[in-house]
Amino acid sequence: MKHILTIGGRQFRSYFNGPVAYIVICIVMLTLGFFFWKTFFLFGRASAREMFRWLSLILVFALPALTMGLLAEEKRTGTIELLITMPVTEAQVILGKFLGVFGLYAVLLALTLPYPISISTLGDLDWGPVWGGYLGLVLQGSAVLAIGLMASSWTNNQLIALFVALTLSVFFWVLDKFLALLPTRAASALEWLSFDYHFQSMARGVIDLRDVFFFVSVIIVALAAAFRALESRRWS
Amino acid sequence: MSDVMIEARDLTKHYGPVTELKNATFEVNRGEVVGFLGPNGAGKTTTMKILTCFIAPSDGTARVAGADIFEDPIAVREAIGYLPENTPLYSEMLVLEYLEFAGKMRGLSGEALPARIRKVVEETSLGDVIGKSIGELSKGFRQRVGLAQALIHEPPVLILDEPMSGLDPNQASEIRELIREIGRERTIILSTHNLAEVQVTCGRVLIISQGELVADDTPEELAARAGKPRFIATLRRNGHSAAEIRAAFSSIADAGSVAEHDGAGPNELVIEVVPKGSQDLRADIFQAAVSANLVLLGLEQRGENLEDVFRQLTTAGEGVAS
Repeated sequence: MKHILTIGGRQFRSYFNGPVAYIVICIVMLTLGFFFWKTFFLFGRASAREMFRWLSLILVFALPALTMGLLAEEKRTGTIELLITMPVTEAQVILGKFLGVFGLYAVLLALTLPYPISISTLGDLDWGPVWGGYLGLVLQGSAVLAIGLMASSWTNNQLIALFVALTLSVFFWVLDKFLALLPTRAASALEWLSFDYHFQSMARGVIDLRDVFFFVSVIIVALAAAFRALESRRWS
Repeated sequence: MSDVMIEARDLTKHYGPVTELKNATFEVNRGEVVGFLGPNGAGKTTTMKILTCFIAPSDGTARVAGADIFEDPIAVREAIGYLPENTPLYSEMLVLEYLEFAGKMRGLSGEALPARIRKVVEETSLGDVIGKSIGELSKGFRQRVGLAQALIHEPPVLILDEPMSGLDPNQASEIRELIREIGRERTIILSTHNLAEVQVTCGRVLIISQGELVADDTPEELAARAGKPRFIATLRRNGHSAAEIRAAFSSIADAGSVAEHDGAGPNELVIEVVPKGSQDLRADIFQAAVSANLVLLGLEQRGENLEDVFRQLTTAGEGVAS
């Protein structure tokens, strides 16, 4: 556990030594601000629904930029060799990396707290959907981060990692948007695989364990794949 | 713990159809500094990566400080301080941050961490750059940071992949001095293709060529094995012809062959005498010069150097296995 924390802490701090974290935070906050305030006063309702709707989409595009370098850059520069030859297991490296980027994501989420807080001063805000929305963002975001880490473990080129992670996350996010074109049975299966379907259900303020289970499964599968990729280097 | 710190058995590594390493077997004892020599791509780095458990061998196994690389890779890594080729460090971190990170990863905490950092910073003379970011450092300082992180947990075994490459002569000699210092108490394997380096730093040399270990000996033994000594005398002609002078030296009983060529000045001649066996002919050459009424300006004994041995062993296709 100590190793995971050490690796995660180093990763977290190194984000703030480079531009990527600042750029991503700025873009997310600006886009969110733009889309949210554009319509907020039009609706005239004290609700954070719209914020979560936009944020869940923006993050699907933004988070892969945080994960793209996690392992790809270490492989390109060779630092992975020093990291792995310290007395750690591959699993600790993967979990540490995940923890590091999750820490940055938590900071990003914390920066959005002024939204519900300021909305609550404007009217009677129902906090149930807000906490449900944040839990949903934590879970969906973690799934995107895990997928990004997996993509980063497959290549030593950050741009390829970014592209693969974006493709996968966007794919899982839009899955439930074209259901009308499909036969019912296929539609319900695809719907169940869609990030947005599970996220929306949580953002209504109803915590269904099936939604939690879905995201946790995605996270576990992606991290396991990253672990396999990192470990396979020994045998290649 | 026994005195054998590194024990490699039949290490073999295939990458697809390419065999990087073929049945490498060797042992390194406690306190030895072993030079790993070979042309680029010969398998030095592969061997080191196997010993540090970064990659697994296709066949064979190894033990480091008593732990098997397959059964207990964590114990192997704990016993090793490793400096990979090209010193890959996180360039965005400060030197101090990096050493703290390395120390924590090596299980140091509390009072021990700053104490160990102070010690390695002193050993590697990093005091002046401790607050700088690694990306700003010169190659020599980067190398020292690499060594510092390898030393931070006082490992019994150090594995250094080309610790001297890319350094200017001053930096190289500082690092060499440092390695010699460290090597007093620890087992070190270092790889290089700089032969002079090996001759000064290492007590033993492993030469590897095309994935095969072709020699395992002390630098002196290797040099001696490869060739006879030669004696080179610089003489003032004093009016004698080259043939006369050569005749004077050919009369030395143990002289095998004698050759001459012009020296630096018009009045100088250089004579090269190779003994029949490995006798020391310096006294005889002096006597011969005196009795032929020649003035001896210089006399030098030259063994065949490691460079020749190296070339011989690594280009012959198959080496003179020891």
